[in-house]
Amino acid sequence: MKSSIEIVMLLAGLLFVLGIAGVIIRKNIIFMLLSVEVMLNASGLAFVAAGSRWAQPDGQVMFIFILAMAAAEVSIGLALILQIYHQHKSLDIDKLKEMKG
Amino acid sequence: MDIVFYITAFVTVISTIMVITRHNPVHALLYLIISLLSISVIFFLLGAPFAALLEIIIYAGAIMVLFIFVIMLLNLGKETARQEKEWLKPKVWIGPAILSAILFVELFYLITIADVAPYNLQTVDPKTVAISLFRPYLIGVELAAMLLMAGVVGAAHIGQHKKMILHRFLKEEGRL
Repeated sequence: MKSSIEIVMLLAGLLFVLGIAGVIIRKNIIFMLLSVEVMLNASGLAFVAAGSRWAQPDGQVMFIFILAMAAAEVSIGLALILQIYHQHKSLDIDKLKEMKG
Repeated sequence: MDIVFYITAFVTVISTIMVITRHNPVHALLYLIISLLSISVIFFLLGAPFAALLEIIIYAGAIMVLFIFVIMLLNLGKETARQEKEWLKPKVWIGPAILSAILFVELFYLITIADVAPYNLQTVDPKTVAISLFRPYLIGVELAAMLLMAGVVGAAHIGQHKKMILHRFLKEEGRL
């Protein structure tokens, strides 16, 4: 691909914005977690694109770290979702008002 | 080569929009897998084959399987889809959509204002990545290992079943 890097960065920004919108508009916790995954993916895309621009491996190394972080985050988040569902019988975030936040 | 990139980017954006607007969790998950696969195609086009393989194997393989397990375990089906349809009204999503569209237009302006010369793309092969990962970034690998172990222990601790106890005086009601 001979073209410049900015279109890839634009795509990463668009995906990140879509992820933010997903976190804001959904009320179900599972969909919010999915949107967070989309955001992590977008940042990984930005890292890989920047790494390929200067032909350095650092971008891919950062992508691997993001991948490990996403795996840990998803396992913890899904365990929390299971626990919340068992205690409240609902995944609606508006019903989780125990802390009166 | 360029036209392949544009088609893939189009597929990615459409499937991501589908992820955040579907009512049924399983449909959203399938669209997210399409989005991940097309991002991995973009990684290939960018000359990062190792990242593309990791994207398919770990994201679309392992992490999505975790999501599917939880959705099957919670038995989310038609009931959830109906509830979501009720929740996702235009009144709810129009405000955030406009605000994030403004942010994206700003980003578009800032990125296109710069005048960057085209360059030749080179492939960064897995060997280079591995050498960089295990020499200068070794401390990062060790920290990632600790993070993953903390994740496993935390998930095992959080996931165990406990009786819901609201308060010690309310124990009788709280027992399930």
